Amino acid sequence: MDYGFTTAAYVVAAVLFILSLGGLSNQESAKRAVWYGIVGMGLAVFATLVGPGSGMWLLSLLLIAGGGFIGQYVAKRVQMTEMPQLVAAMHSLVGLAAVFVGFNAHFEIGNVAQVMAIVDSANQADLSDLGAFAKLIAKKTPAELGILHVELFLGIFIGAITFTGSVVAYGKLAGKVTSVATKLPGGHALNAAAATISLICLIWYTASGGFFPLFLMTLAALFIGYHLIMGIGGADMPVVVSMLNSYSGWAAAAIGFSLGNDLLIVVGALVGSSGAILSYIMCKAMNRHFVSVILGGFGGPQGEQMAVEGEQIAIEADGVAAALNDADSVVIIPGYGMAVAQAQQSVSELVRKLRAQGKNVRFAIHPVAGRLPGHMNVLLAEAKVPYDIVLEMDEINDDFPDTDVAIVIGSNDIVNPAAQEDPNSPIAGMPVLECWKAKQVFVSKRGQGTGYSGIENPLFFKENTRMFYGDAKASLDKLLPMID
Amino acid sequence: MKIGTPKEILDGENRVAMTPDSAVQLQKLGYDCAIEKGAGQAAGFSDATYEAVGVEIVKTAASLWKSADIVAKVRIPTEAEMKRLTKGKTLISFFNPAGNEEGMELAKSKGANVIAMEMVPRISRAQKMDALSSMANIAGYRAVIEAGNNFGRFFTGQVTAAGKVPPAKVLIVGAGVAGLAAIGTSTSLGAITYAFDVRPEVAEQVESMGAEFVYLDFEEEQQDGAATGGYASVQSDEFREAQLAKFRELAPEVDIVITTALIPNREAPELWTKDMVEAMKPGSVIVDLAAEKGGNCKLTVADEKIVTDNGVTIIGYTDFPSRMASQASSLYATNIRHMMTDLTPEKDGQINHDMEDDVIRGSTVTHQGEITFPPPPPKVQAIAAQPKAEVKELTPEEKRAQEVAAFKAQTKQQFTLLGVGGVLMLLVGLIAPASFMQHFIVFVLAIFVGFQVIWNVSHSLHTPLMAITNAISSIIIVGALMQIGSGSFLVILLAALSVFMAGINIFGGFLVTRRMLAMFQKS
Repeated sequence: MDYGFTTAAYVVAAVLFILSLGGLSNQESAKRAVWYGIVGMGLAVFATLVGPGSGMWLLSLLLIAGGGFIGQYVAKRVQMTEMPQLVAAMHSLVGLAAVFVGFNAHFEIGNVAQVMAIVDSANQADLSDLGAFAKLIAKKTPAELGILHVELFLGIFIGAITFTGSVVAYGKLAGKVTSVATKLPGGHALNAAAATISLICLIWYTASGGFFPLFLMTLAALFIGYHLIMGIGGADMPVVVSMLNSYSGWAAAAIGFSLGNDLLIVVGALVGSSGAILSYIMCKAMNRHFVSVILGGFGGPQGEQMAVEGEQIAIEADGVAAALNDADSVVIIPGYGMAVAQAQQSVSELVRKLRAQGKNVRFAIHPVAGRLPGHMNVLLAEAKVPYDIVLEMDEINDDFPDTDVAIVIGSNDIVNPAAQEDPNSPIAGMPVLECWKAKQVFVSKRGQGTGYSGIENPLFFKENTRMFYGDAKASLDKLLPMID
Repeated sequence: MKIGTPKEILDGENRVAMTPDSAVQLQKLGYDCAIEKGAGQAAGFSDATYEAVGVEIVKTAASLWKSADIVAKVRIPTEAEMKRLTKGKTLISFFNPAGNEEGMELAKSKGANVIAMEMVPRISRAQKMDALSSMANIAGYRAVIEAGNNFGRFFTGQVTAAGKVPPAKVLIVGAGVAGLAAIGTSTSLGAITYAFDVRPEVAEQVESMGAEFVYLDFEEEQQDGAATGGYASVQSDEFREAQLAKFRELAPEVDIVITTALIPNREAPELWTKDMVEAMKPGSVIVDLAAEKGGNCKLTVADEKIVTDNGVTIIGYTDFPSRMASQASSLYATNIRHMMTDLTPEKDGQINHDMEDDVIRGSTVTHQGEITFPPPPPKVQAIAAQPKAEVKELTPEEKRAQEVAAFKAQTKQQFTLLGVGGVLMLLVGLIAPASFMQHFIVFVLAIFVGFQVIWNVSHSLHTPLMAITNAISSIIIVGALMQIGSGSFLVILLAALSVFMAGINIFGGFLVTRRMLAMFQKS
């Protein structure tokens, strides 16, 4: 039986997926793009069910329906501030599925070999009672089988790292695991050892084709995923999540190779490169190398850091309100603190009031603000802030000198002038939002602590900076009635 | 503890070191406040306003000095006042420690602590208690007002029905705190304002206030003002000559000259010579803010206004802040209040005289029976002018050459990458079977397409991008579906689990993306 229809459907599905990602280039076409993705996915599943995957179609449909029910329930209930956790959790599912599918491929190779051995004498093997995948295997030459071993090995390896890595990332983002970078004694030597074990297992497995090396490697990969992400701190999470996103794609691609399925390969490569680009953008925005982020922690400072001179001057809500009422142009810089305090609705209300007075109010978003690429945009969109006043760093940095009031809500390192002024600072060279060039800066902050990187922020000591201490939401709610 | 403020003894001194406003703040720090009867009268604060905020009114100076633990006043205390100090009392006042040896000896013998307000170090943290600056600010403002009072014309230029009025030209020498205040006042009155200072780094500040900075044709490495605590220092003779030549050139043009040049603990430098005064137009006005230290113009008579033979008015008043007693008192009282805030970290009404603190150490001249003047240099310096880095202007040819070089480097890099990639590809092709290579081509092309597509994704949509890639990476469900038909129970179980998990992901991912995208609204 030939699956000409299935292949045609796969081609259409692949095109739809590409269109779906391409449509995300702006907010309006994105709404259409989701539908491309949904149709593509539906088509792919349908074509598989009527074609090569028709074995237990009823069970499959039931399972999809069951999973789908849970999925839509979660999608409806999730808070926008919890998006990073959700994304991480979903990555872990893809990773685990990849591991399972990889193991299955291994078992099928074994089964096929058995059947082949029995029917070898009976000339033409009767494979009709095997699954579609098994038929594929049966046609393979020994060299192709060798490649197949490597492919499924890689698929399981990447999938396992993605699984535990995502679970840990989920724990950290949801606050169930400490977000401080923690390593077991031995540090990266342990990771290196686990990686070496995996490599040895690869050679062993291709030579023997046995189950044990595969299993051992899976344990090692699970450990690497756990330990690697445990060693990375909270604010590096945007990189971690996009990296795991990338991995889940590569795992799918590797499984695609082992199953000889081009659709899996195409989609895996799309997702993999998407995650890779996101990680690259995030690293660039922190002026750090990908490797140094993954290996965790900031390197020690390269020399004597500039002493910060001056003092943090506090201000009350009435002072902020007076300045805002006088201002013509206002820029708001949100950070993770806004998400933690769930202050986006209050921020939105503030913006609405200020805009009603004809003031020019805009948002400045640093690429690594929050715990997920684009996190702040989604939170603001949820709070009904129009997206055309939410600007990227490059678009708004030149406008700060003409800005009357800049309000920093719950961000720290991304507005740290030390990145530009102090060559010895650990974040030297990182692109930052130059809010200190505004005439007046208000910083809404819980207390006098330093940011994630543990670096003192000279912004807080500048003469045009006033500290508006307190929980972001409570502070803003106090401020709101005073804006007229 | 109790803070008391006596009436100023010096004739013509209208200021007072405590206002009703500052008293309220001091009480918040835990102190009781007392004031001598009528002390605030000259500054416009009646006894009743003090009483209204709970300040105790004390009849005589003697009883005030006796009952108060801390005495805050404005002018350098007289000998009679110093004798009223006892052990453990703290005096906060202007003190002029460099020229007041006897005063310090007296305080030492009495065992009293004295904080001299003019000794507050010039660092950012201490600006709020820098009384010299706040008083200089008033002096600069008042200098322009006094000049206007004695100047027979408008500041601003006007074209009226009765004829055209040219704007006044004002030259301000010395752009310190007083100078900058004078510049601000003068420009806002509409005069054409010129300003000069020996420290070239203040040119920017001067220009930001709307005045024109007078540059000298003089090449010499300027000493950085920051090394001397933000004050100007003594200049070389050549520099002085160049400076005077410039002033001579300006003298016939300007209508009003305000000189504010002072060097700490020295006689004021002579900047406006007799011949310049003679070159000025009749009716012109000179205000010499350095009159107390001998004056920047030698014709100045301290505390007096004189008119020269050619009709130039020279004002040498030394009591500008006192002439604006209400404003000066509220600023000075605020300076004192900030000093008390730093002295009372616990806000419990008890002084904690922390000699480790730069600001407190610097301004204390006697402490527990010891003279602590002069203080060691502060640990933090005033902000220095950064030496400007030379940015070389590139010629068009050089720019072009750079672009060509960059392009070449890029080409080279691309070729190397392609070369290495091609060779690797060939190697893989040699070993791997043809069926693998077919898939491999698809894989590489998909990566290329992926990179092209993803670069165009808007930054603000990165979270939806992650959610949707998440959903489509569940395409792995296809693999699981192909396996679920197998005969082995274990395979079916694992495949079923995979299908189930992928199902969660597909629906969850797409729905949450839709939910997010629906939220993005244009204004």
